[in-house]
Amino acid sequence: MTKLSYDIIIVGSGAGGGTVAQELSSLCASGLRIAVLEKGPKLRDDEFTGRELEMASALYEDDGGFLTAEKTMTLAFGCAYGGSTVVYTGTSLLPPERVIQHWNVPGLTLAEIEQRAQKFKLENNVQLVEDRFINENNRLFVEGCRRLGYDSRQFPVNLRGCRGSSLCNLGCPNQAKQGTNRVQLPKAESHGVEVITRCEVLRVGEKQLTVRVAAKPKGAKGEPSAWEPGEYEIAARIIVLSAGSINTPALMLRSGLGAKLPRLGHGFTSHPAFIMVGEHSRPITNAVGHPKSFYLDQFAASDHYVLETCMYFPFITAKSLAGFGPDHSRFMRAFPRLQMILVLACDDIDEHNRITIDAQGRPVVHYRFTPQVVRGLVRGAIASARIFFAAGAERCHMPVSRGSTVVEAKDSGRLEEIAQESSFVPGKLPVSAAHLQGGCAMGRTAADSVTDAFGRVHGIPGLYVADASLFPNSLEINPYLTIMALADRVAETIRKDTPALL
Amino acid sequence: MPGASVPETNSPVLAPVRAIFAAIVSTIVPEASGLGDRGWTDVEQMVELALRDRPAEIKSQLRLALRAIQWMPALRYGKPFTSLNAAQRSRFLSSLENHRLQIVRVGFWGLRTLALLGYYARPEAGREIGYTADPRGWDARHREIGTSEHRDIGKA
Repeated sequence: MTKLSYDIIIVGSGAGGGTVAQELSSLCASGLRIAVLEKGPKLRDDEFTGRELEMASALYEDDGGFLTAEKTMTLAFGCAYGGSTVVYTGTSLLPPERVIQHWNVPGLTLAEIEQRAQKFKLENNVQLVEDRFINENNRLFVEGCRRLGYDSRQFPVNLRGCRGSSLCNLGCPNQAKQGTNRVQLPKAESHGVEVITRCEVLRVGEKQLTVRVAAKPKGAKGEPSAWEPGEYEIAARIIVLSAGSINTPALMLRSGLGAKLPRLGHGFTSHPAFIMVGEHSRPITNAVGHPKSFYLDQFAASDHYVLETCMYFPFITAKSLAGFGPDHSRFMRAFPRLQMILVLACDDIDEHNRITIDAQGRPVVHYRFTPQVVRGLVRGAIASARIFFAAGAERCHMPVSRGSTVVEAKDSGRLEEIAQESSFVPGKLPVSAAHLQGGCAMGRTAADSVTDAFGRVHGIPGLYVADASLFPNSLEINPYLTIMALADRVAETIRKDTPALL
Repeated sequence: MPGASVPETNSPVLAPVRAIFAAIVSTIVPEASGLGDRGWTDVEQMVELALRDRPAEIKSQLRLALRAIQWMPALRYGKPFTSLNAAQRSRFLSSLENHRLQIVRVGFWGLRTLALLGYYARPEAGREIGYTADPRGWDARHREIGTSEHRDIGKA
């Protein structure tokens, strides 16, 4: 086994790892050796084709089909240089104050998160898409909300040179989305940080890691790793885990840290979601333009759901509609006339919902739908249907219907009767999640959390966490900007701790 | 009958259960019954590609599930799934989708996902349903409708 030595190792290159890499990169000037270890590949710009299966296979863990232990929810998360920031839509929001207050992390305030996030908003060119570039899928959402008296809002997004491909979730083919793959990682590398791709961390301990570098599979996208394939033992005085809410807890569990940290893997939340479609009588612009420009969060606190505009691709859309046969096909064949809304439930931590590992040390995600989640999804489905009909749709798809999944406009007054919580049947409905949070929550002691308020793992000097697994509860909005702000906080802590650790 | 004309292809997972899988795909996506030989080859290739790196255990479970679906209807209809008419096939699959046991529902959900993947991940299916996303975005759309305004968002 090859042995290597670094001062700082960062595991993962997404919103957390990419940010920490950039924020610590100035230390390279004083001779410190820093490396980022990323399990996924780094693709060339011309390899982003926008083709559905090809890109899902290249950029997502398990090709985008990672299932919970119960097999009732699909979890989508990136596995590439840039992590999930390669496959998100770039929506750049911060949480409501009540969420951060509810987290109750000592000393952490929304004001601090806002102040730290401001730097990344500027770096990532966060802006509102100009009105003339908003497509009809988004305009109809705004119009439907307006007619209903709902307060829709526009997403700030991180774009530079967007051509409106609508393919954000397959990795931007024009490199317009400003994820860590475009901004923070290149900057870190320019300062001397090494980024090693195709490098999976098998074990982590106090000041050491065991990793395996994979060869580039024949015909696969992406560059080969900078290191030769094989296993490595790496000594590192500071280790930062930023592998995401599933892989960070799983890595720590298979490294035997669960005995010291009883809350490890607990507190997993994910904003379970399904898509709703409304069919209009005429074609609308939907598969062109930024897909996620508006949202509605006014019912997050009362009814536990958030609505977002969205537009997916043929297979993902087909998979996300409930049922099969003629009713299902009818919506698919109306694709140019479809308006689409994503319903996200605001879930709270639940003792059942957690990360464990199997006998091989692979992550296992346990997730059951609490009554609050079911209520949120059903209320969100009803609100979406109202928006479709207010915007002029002829019919819509209703996954939580007692009968047919097709609801005609003439029945829009009966939505409360048609959509029922009792029709939410796990394993039948296509529920997915992409906002994976928790598992290494911040807190006070090992009895209530995995890290302190600054990402230091309790009882293990030199080991830090900097990703969404730090969240003590769900964020209720798209998480990347909050992850970056917290990662910035962790990086600042590491800079302060460095003299004592090195 | 869908499935009867499915051509022999290089499909290591589906080959032994080809006709059953085709009958299921045609029930989940009725338009699949109109696919020609090349279309079915493409459907199978999409599924084989998705299964390529999955553990052998998963592939065995898939074949087992398909064989179970083939013979379970014999108890109710006296004939296997591939010999049922379209309405009977649909009723049988609905019974799996709505089964009281979650393990049966999630098993059917997985099969349904593979069927939808095979059919809709084909570029031809995208064209058939009018899916027009293009990496060139608004530029491509304007070329299509004959305007030339250049649309860049947030260009520095």
